[in-house]
Amino acid sequence: MPQARDIASAIPGKAPAKIGADALFKWFTIIAALVVPIIMAGIFWELLSLSWLALKTFGWKFFISEAWNPVTQNFGAASSIFGTVVSTLIAMLLAVPMSIVIALFLVELAPPRISKVVGSLIELLAAIPSIIYGMWGLFVFAPFMATYVQPFLGQYLGFLPLFQGPPMGIGMLTAGIILAFMVLPFITAICRDVFALVPAVLKESGYGVGATTWEVTYKITIPYGVVGVLGGIFLGLGRALGETMAVTFVIGNSHRISASLFAPGNTIASALANEFAEATDPLFISSLIALGLVLFIFTFFVQVVSQLMLRRMYRGWSIKV
Amino acid sequence: MIPRPATGRRIVNLLVSVAASLAALSGIFILLWITIMLAYKGLPALNLGFFLNMPTPPMVPGGGLANAILGTLLLTVLATFMAVPIGLLSGICLGEFGQQSRLADFCRFTANVLTGMPSIIVGIFVYGLLVLTIGNFSGLAGAVALAIIMLPVVARTPEDMLRLVPDPLREAALAMGAPRWRVTLSIVFRAARTGIMTGILLGVARVSGETAPLLFTALNSPYMISSLFHPMPNLTVTIYNYAMSPYADWQQLAWGASLLITAAVLALNLLARFVFGEKKP
Repeated sequence: MPQARDIASAIPGKAPAKIGADALFKWFTIIAALVVPIIMAGIFWELLSLSWLALKTFGWKFFISEAWNPVTQNFGAASSIFGTVVSTLIAMLLAVPMSIVIALFLVELAPPRISKVVGSLIELLAAIPSIIYGMWGLFVFAPFMATYVQPFLGQYLGFLPLFQGPPMGIGMLTAGIILAFMVLPFITAICRDVFALVPAVLKESGYGVGATTWEVTYKITIPYGVVGVLGGIFLGLGRALGETMAVTFVIGNSHRISASLFAPGNTIASALANEFAEATDPLFISSLIALGLVLFIFTFFVQVVSQLMLRRMYRGWSIKV
Repeated sequence: MIPRPATGRRIVNLLVSVAASLAALSGIFILLWITIMLAYKGLPALNLGFFLNMPTPPMVPGGGLANAILGTLLLTVLATFMAVPIGLLSGICLGEFGQQSRLADFCRFTANVLTGMPSIIVGIFVYGLLVLTIGNFSGLAGAVALAIIMLPVVARTPEDMLRLVPDPLREAALAMGAPRWRVTLSIVFRAARTGIMTGILLGVARVSGETAPLLFTALNSPYMISSLFHPMPNLTVTIYNYAMSPYADWQQLAWGASLLITAAVLALNLLARFVFGEKKP
């Protein structure tokens, strides 16, 4: 019936072509949305295939061997994994308590106007590029550590193996402290959300029975939002694990496991950034990328855990994320 | 009735309050320390030659970073042109069509995880995908790596803003006979414009200071940009190379470049925050 079709296409919005355009548009958006999951899968596949040579050559020993010798072609990930874990641990030990009390300051203690300014400044810490932390760390903060902080620690806590050795400025401790300031804004932002979202009734009943601000935070706010705080901590943990340039500048880049925090070391990310340009041999490149695979798996799990926790918190408070 | 003495608890509370204020101050102190040092060491390097001249060998005066400044601009612009269309379309999918669907939920989750991925991992991925395939380091690969880092940032922000657009606005446009795609692009997008701009600005700010992924993709070059298929000079890798060099004049240039990058990134952040970001979701 040619006539009927003409009538149908004369009515705006009913024309078959436009319905097609709508479906097409929807499919376009779905394909675009799928790009991110496809990239994630691609990253995993690419890392696995590029590191296959190293994993095949060294087997499981790759993960426990401390060796890293481009001349004899013997590579192991142990020192890099150790450095990554230690520097992240130092960062988290400093950043977690600081973030929680800063969030407490922003939500409970400071007047709204000051809280807004201070909150914005803390958030700007996250905006400074990693390489700038590296520049500042190498030329300003490391000399400061070497002249003031490390001799002090060596003098008073030198009986611990952690604080022995020459104060060179660069090393695990310096890297950990800089990392702490880099992940601080991420954890603070989440804790601030959590503290602000706890129902006022709960806090007020705490104050009503005579609790102090700290008691309300410690016994009511944090237990109530514990999933969110943990999610924020894991988010910061993921950031600290993979931070590259800042750590590369100040950690000293040596493939050695040392008990002292003053000693130079390396992390997975710093080894990759520092040595990739020099690596020409296929086994060397493949070993470096195998380090990358380890880092990917670490951060992937930390991020997934963090997202699941944050989701549970926001869902529980019926906020869509 | 005599109230129980509360001195111990009060002291603990006071100590925590002081610690909280000190912690907040120390965060601000680090921010100021970094920016002041950057200005102090970087400003002397920023003269006209810095912007106009090409790099010189160490100890030869008059060197500038004209090629690296152009290269960073080009890489960032290219990455933006790649990431923004895909990011916006994917934001539409998540915000407009699939608010409840499982697929959208999954995409949202992976976008969050990708945001937290170390940028160096993205660098290795693009190294395997493009550098090994083409056969040499290239500006194109650098731009793709930056685009991948930018993508989840651009995709997640419009989604929140699209949700804030009231449904009656959509219904009114649909009732006028506009097809769905038209409604989304010309009505809903216009209403959510500020939020979308915020997302794009934050994405640009995030990638313009990135170094690690460029080490694996664009690398660096002391020459003028010749093509997208060759190593591309850029500021961040230049900072890395010059700062690690033993030459005082190169380190001076590295400070100047650091100041330039930081000023640009902070300006973008402040712009996103105060000009466009007034209505936070």
